[in-house]
Amino acid sequence: MSAPNLLRRIGARVVNGVWRLGFATRFLFLVLLYSGQSFRRLHLTIRELWFSGVLSLLIILVSGLFVGLVLGLQGYEILQRFGSSEATGTMVALSLLRELGPVLAGLLFAARAGSAVTAEIGLMKTTEQLTAMDMMAVNPIARVVAPRFWGGVISMPLLAALFSAMGILGGWLISVVFIGIDEGAYWSQMQAAVDFRYDVVNGVIKSVVFGVAVSLIAVFEGYDCAPTAEGVSRAITRTVVSSALAILALDFILTSFMFRGQS
Amino acid sequence: MSRTVLDLWVGFFVVISAAALLFLSLKVGSFAGFNSAPSYVLQAPFDDIGGLKVRAPVKSAGVVVGRVSDIRFDPQTYRAVVHFSVDARYEFPRDTIATIMTSGLLGEQYLGLEPGADVEVLKGGDTVQMTQSAVVLEKLIGQFMFNRAAE
Amino acid sequence: MTEHSDDLLVSLSGVRFAYGEREVLRGIDLTVRRGQVVAIMGGSGCGKTTLLRLIGGQLRASAGQVSVAGHELGGLSRDALYALRRRMGMLFQFGALFTDMSVFDNVAFPLREHTDLPAEMIRDLVRMKLNAVGLRGAEALGPGELSGGMARRVALARAIALDPMLIMYDEPFAGLDPISLGVIGQLIRKLNDALGASSIMVTHDIHESLEIVDYVYFVSDGRIVAQGTPDEIRASADPFVHQFVHAEADGPVPFHYPAVPIGESLLGEGGR
Repeated sequence: MSAPNLLRRIGARVVNGVWRLGFATRFLFLVLLYSGQSFRRLHLTIRELWFSGVLSLLIILVSGLFVGLVLGLQGYEILQRFGSSEATGTMVALSLLRELGPVLAGLLFAARAGSAVTAEIGLMKTTEQLTAMDMMAVNPIARVVAPRFWGGVISMPLLAALFSAMGILGGWLISVVFIGIDEGAYWSQMQAAVDFRYDVVNGVIKSVVFGVAVSLIAVFEGYDCAPTAEGVSRAITRTVVSSALAILALDFILTSFMFRGQS
Repeated sequence: MSRTVLDLWVGFFVVISAAALLFLSLKVGSFAGFNSAPSYVLQAPFDDIGGLKVRAPVKSAGVVVGRVSDIRFDPQTYRAVVHFSVDARYEFPRDTIATIMTSGLLGEQYLGLEPGADVEVLKGGDTVQMTQSAVVLEKLIGQFMFNRAAE
Repeated sequence: MTEHSDDLLVSLSGVRFAYGEREVLRGIDLTVRRGQVVAIMGGSGCGKTTLLRLIGGQLRASAGQVSVAGHELGGLSRDALYALRRRMGMLFQFGALFTDMSVFDNVAFPLREHTDLPAEMIRDLVRMKLNAVGLRGAEALGPGELSGGMARRVALARAIALDPMLIMYDEPFAGLDPISLGVIGQLIRKLNDALGASSIMVTHDIHESLEIVDYVYFVSDGRIVAQGTPDEIRASADPFVHQFVHAEADGPVPFHYPAVPIGESLLGEGGR
């Protein structure tokens, strides 16, 4: 491929990216604008809580438990070198509450619920269901998109909290029950080190931000996909990839604001 | 799936998530810590604070009684001024000594309060006059070498 | 039929439309009177469906005027357009039934969204509509369990749920077996007359359409090339209509996509 041609293609991709970003922003405002209409029909949002929240429960609980088990093992192995294996609880709790809980739950959520939302909306678009709704004078953003967006935004922090709690129990299981660290030390060191405002609330804020990002990406990719089978499958891939990137980038930004130069 | 069963599951989901949050705040975090309890702020000047950080615990007789809230450098005296809040339930005599101590050999540093015998107590905004700086390992080693050389 | 302007439900004059730089419609004049069933015919990709979307207000004409029931669509706000659409029904090519709802809920959807009727009344209305398309027994099925013809009949029941003044059909006959095809054709005519509505049908199935419609427009290359009642069309000597009615491969609509003559093309490639 000749150089000018390559440049032109890169330029076209950049312009396309900026164009989509603009559309996504406008789309977010539309979703917020029509949210009032969809909240008057609360059962629509509750239905989406079922799809994105309840159906993600199993994967979140099981993964949280395993991550906690691994953290307990690794934490103990490293900390005992310094003779402070009692701090295992602290390490498990802080790494889960600040980072792993929100981030891993967000990634799992994007893969489980985000992709499903994109597929559902994309399929409705492909089979002209969204157009049909619009022709019946029912706004598809209010009826289809907004409830799925809010279902995700509400589910995400709840799932992240479950993930962290499950992980801390997993850490307790491995270090107290199997390895035999003193139970009192596990909990009391944890309580002394974990601060409600600083660690728990910041973790919840992170998970809310991730919830907004993943839900927006999922509904946007579904709504914007090319109305073909191939278009839907590409949109699902894009949802998972962009969500993962967005979560990790946002996590860096939030962490640098929340945990800089203190403690 | 009928709507009532669906609502039941969503309700279950919300309830266990709320329980998880409660667990995180009460059992894992120290929600009942210094944030909610009323406290008063004291300050203490130090020659060297070592590695003391904001939010480090303030302990007396090994019990956490407060937190370091702010650390500043005073350009007039060239000393560090540590502000810390103390739980309002505890009162300390005016001649209390503030010391920067380390938990264990490599552990985190905290502010220790050693109460004196004065009848008057410290009030919010007061300054703890008697302080003892952090033990800095490098200085200690330097001193030791210097003494040996002088012998 | 009298030439009264009150009589006109839909009228398009000088309508042009382009997707980007590709001009699809280049000046369309078309009218639909109340009570009429009108067919718009033409080959695939000639802009028929675009025409339907313009009348439904999903697309805006780049020039010319589209008016429905006296409202000029170009100047309508979203709310006004939605108010107008409540009086329109549209049948999509493959039905576009909501996949997460049963047949019953699909037909009830517009009623629930736009009225505050009690549940019993909605149930009775839905059963009446389903009865009209002969599928009252299928109300509990999901859209996935229906055949193509049944899905289209359910979608038709949904389109007429609010007793519209105008029903639009996008390729109602595409991909149906001959029996379903006849059933849908008869339904379109019967429902139109029973509801006192008007119908616009976009199709390329000429023989089925000529049986049921009142008037036919032929669209080719973004223009109306022929029009008339079914009898006039059958008798027409117009070369385009003749080609279309008799399904000839070559004629005014060429078999070949525009290209350089094949001899030149082959020689040109070989010489390079």
